[in-house]
Amino acid sequence: MDSESSRSVDDAVSRLKDVPGGLLPILHAIQDDLGYVPQESVPVIAKALNLSRAEVHGVVSFYHHFRTAKPGRHVLQVCRAEACQSMGADKLAAHVRERLGIDFHETTADGNLTLEPVYCLGNCACAPSVMLDGEPQGRMTAERLEALIASVGAAR
Amino acid sequence: MSIKVYVPRDSSALSLGAEGVARAIGAEAARRGESVTVVRNGSRGMMWLEPLVEVETPTGRVGYGSVATADVAGLFDAGFLEGKAHPKSIGKVDSHPYLARQERLCFARMGVIDPLSYDDYAALGGWRGLRNAIAMKRVDAVAAVTTSGLRGRGGAAFPTGIKWKTVLETAADQKYIVCNADEGDSGTFSDRMTMEGDPFVLIEGMTIAAVATGATKGYIYVRSEYPHAERALIAAIAIAEQRGALGADVLGSGQRFDLEVRRGAGAYICGEETSLLESLEGKRGMVRYKPPVPAVSGLFGKPTVVNNVITFASLPVIFDRGAEFYRDYGMGRSRGTLPIQLTGNIKHGGLVEKAFGIPLRELLYDYGGGSATGRPIRAVQVGGPLGAFLPESQFDTPLDYEAFASIGAMVGHGGIVVFDDTVDMARMARYAMEFCAIESCGKCTPCRIGSTRGVETIDKIIAGRDVGADVAVLESLCDTMLHGSLCALGGMTPFPVLSALKHFPEDFGLDRDGLAVAA
Ligand SMILES: Cc1cc2nc3c(=O)[nH]c(=O)nc-3n(C[C@H](O)[C@H](O)[C@H](O)COP(=O)(O)O)c2cc1C
Ligand code: SF4
Ligand code: FES
Repeated sequence: MDSESSRSVDDAVSRLKDVPGGLLPILHAIQDDLGYVPQESVPVIAKALNLSRAEVHGVVSFYHHFRTAKPGRHVLQVCRAEACQSMGADKLAAHVRERLGIDFHETTADGNLTLEPVYCLGNCACAPSVMLDGEPQGRMTAERLEALIASVGAAR
Repeated sequence: MSIKVYVPRDSSALSLGAEGVARAIGAEAARRGESVTVVRNGSRGMMWLEPLVEVETPTGRVGYGSVATADVAGLFDAGFLEGKAHPKSIGKVDSHPYLARQERLCFARMGVIDPLSYDDYAALGGWRGLRNAIAMKRVDAVAAVTTSGLRGRGGAAFPTGIKWKTVLETAADQKYIVCNADEGDSGTFSDRMTMEGDPFVLIEGMTIAAVATGATKGYIYVRSEYPHAERALIAAIAIAEQRGALGADVLGSGQRFDLEVRRGAGAYICGEETSLLESLEGKRGMVRYKPPVPAVSGLFGKPTVVNNVITFASLPVIFDRGAEFYRDYGMGRSRGTLPIQLTGNIKHGGLVEKAFGIPLRELLYDYGGGSATGRPIRAVQVGGPLGAFLPESQFDTPLDYEAFASIGAMVGHGGIVVFDDTVDMARMARYAMEFCAIESCGKCTPCRIGSTRGVETIDKIIAGRDVGADVAVLESLCDTMLHGSLCALGGMTPFPVLSALKHFPEDFGLDRDGLAVAA
């Protein structure tokens, strides 16, 4: 962990360690700031919360939301759930993987875009849906997706 | 005087460009020297018309549907500020047939007001229910919930009043109110709309629960996939605290109630209430054995009311208009109204709040307008990923908890996902098993291992080598999951799988009698 990340972890831990059930809020604060939960933060959190490292690691790995590797500068989440499937989400997912040359949970070689699956964005009446950097996008087509990807300057 | 123009801030509207439209309207008004106030409302729930722009005129609000940034200058040219004609005009919004026939109790203010205006909320009936609850004895308030017939809208449809009674009667130094806003079912967004479009109704409902049971602390557990909802709630809670509806002395009642938003982390199982409580305690979301039920020993071991967003959001109207008023809607043992979500391959997708009893067919065709693709509707899934797939022959089933249960289906959280005739039901069955495998908390073997075996078995069926034998394996696997799972994730995943097999055998390489078709 570089010193900046380390400071971010220390800050989250000192701010939230006394909150009841504070482990998830701490992990969220770290990921909100750094984009992921660095391995090296686990012992720091464990010590502050009086937990074992295994316990903290167990929580991080249980939840799909938490990443243990640094993501690209942008994150594209593609909904894979039923309502989006009914409107062609599988085809859209195949297209985006091909277009970017990566699979889900991978990042483009230029470090620009990470691709993740998501299971419903609550935008099921405007399917298929994706979310780019926390902003939902509905009625997605290959063309609109192309424009979205271009808007963050992602190459293959 | 400044003219009010409404552009929704609901996620679905935003996902279709509402932010750009709002900005363009502001800029165009400035350019033309028109005095316009852009209000960011919630969505009316006519999602196929989003972004739906509304203009306040002396005779009511006039709507313009599917507005793009490029339409804005033309709208000004056409005189939309006076509600004048334009190809995108849908006329008076309140008299639109989609809305005019609904029974909006829970969603009465949805899309009408600025979600973060405390005074608009109050002007349209807000806080009256809470004031009434404060004036009642606790036992009477809890009894009113029972009288209303309200059952949990999160999926299990458990009578809310009974749960509250247990919490009220369990002595403890601390009690909690927990709102389940994990809304993980595909095909649902009524919780999201409520949090984004009318957050005070949820806050009021939770505060009524607090006042009725003596709880002083509440948590709203919002899924991480809903960033806009989370922000709206945090803002609304701050306003409610400042106005005295939350905090040390709720509306002068002398009771404290503090509310906090907590974010989930992308685990479907954390919608199950005991898993949710584990997660709130900072642990892995492992399902707990019951008893004890959360009402006796819930969050941090204390008596806890856990209810869904829509359950809470139904309470203000019950306490405002009376338990009998609410109970008089509905059929059988399903009382009141349900915000139904029409989704997937449907022409007019959106939110329809109706009294229980409305037939599925009316929702699909009269409201929904049939499939989006214009092809025949072949199957619908109601109640999320654990709900059965229904074929056309079951479309006359009324939306009623018992009627659905009697055909092996469930109403759940009221989400309806529509599929046209291009759907491959064997693939949908495979997905149901795959989803269970991805989301299983891992506590029981039938769920954890069975779902993975289920995916493999359906793959074999799709490959078509020995369909008869593999279908038998799948059925026995489903039987094991049905009977050997601790919670409904493992215990109900067989419903979509078996219903697909039963109603659409041809997609599995079987004939109508369920026998393997000779290759
Ligand atoms: C796998 C699983 C997922 C669930 N997901 C949700 C959910 O996302 N939202 C919800 O309110 N209830 C969900 N439930 C139901 C809850 O366990 C619980 O019944 C509900 O929160 C109680 O509130 P209610 O009585 O107001 O419905 C789920 C249950 C199971 C078994
Ligand atoms: S059925 Fe599945 S999700 Fe439910 S408790 Fe068992 S393993 Fe966990
Ligand atoms: S299923 Fe994709 S947004 Fe709900």
